[in-house]
Amino acid sequence: MRIASAAIAGLIFGIGLALSGMLDPARVLGFLDVAGGRWDPTLMFVLGGAVGVAAIGFGLARLRTAPLFDDRFDHPGETAVDGRLLGGAALFGVGWGLVGYCPGPAIASIGFAGTPSALFALAMVGGMLLHKALPDSASQPS
Amino acid sequence: MIADFTPVPALIGGALIGLAATLLLLATGRVAGVSSITAGAIAAPGPERDWRTAFLVGLIFGPIVFAFFGGELPRPQLPDLPIVLGAGLLVGFGTQLGNGCTSGHGVCGLARFSPRSLAATATFVAAAMATVFITHRLAGG
Repeated sequence: MRIASAAIAGLIFGIGLALSGMLDPARVLGFLDVAGGRWDPTLMFVLGGAVGVAAIGFGLARLRTAPLFDDRFDHPGETAVDGRLLGGAALFGVGWGLVGYCPGPAIASIGFAGTPSALFALAMVGGMLLHKALPDSASQPS
Repeated sequence: MIADFTPVPALIGGALIGLAATLLLLATGRVAGVSSITAGAIAAPGPERDWRTAFLVGLIFGPIVFAFFGGELPRPQLPDLPIVLGAGLLVGFGTQLGNGCTSGHGVCGLARFSPRSLAATATFVAAAMATVFITHRLAGG
């Protein structure tokens, strides 16, 4: 059931991304391009809808002591705002701004968007492996 | 492609993303952060890899199902390949260093009212806006 639930969650996530328009990097860049004279606020509505529903859903889910098909909630325990967090976020932001793909749309585009998009996803996985290969990444919460 | 403002599908699509994150948390107790899920799916075999792989397969099929029922998918125009590959590396490396991306920090973290995720989200949005400003406005690309 865990596996089936995860697959269905991924499927709904992918349909949501497709419906929202955020599978088109041009739409994402239209949001990020604040000085272009044609700012497209669509992404804020996607994020707003997602955060709103998730905030309610998470609140309800956590009324339970455990998830349906596991014995514990995996609570991200890290709370520190440090250089690693902000440096990583900044590097990610530069990559996001260069092409308009963040990880969700990049993965969701593998099946339909053609070779350059798939190569982006491949390079992204390469960046993840590069990080794993760094010596001090073992001490990091994943 | 002309970027038109489409708030209604954006809200519904966003709500589906929030629903998917809720389902994953309710069923498995796990956070729907795509960068962490992807990194975990290429890690050592085991039960933590299996659910992640299933999520990613579902994520890849989502747009295909959407198109099957008449939805329109974009045909993205990407920049030159070296930029695509460099950006991909930055996104992969940066999300691992910063422990999350738009879904993990931006959706799930903000929905948990996490100050850490708010700081990360503000940082990657600002960095992305600055990057677009430099590449599109200053460099004329």
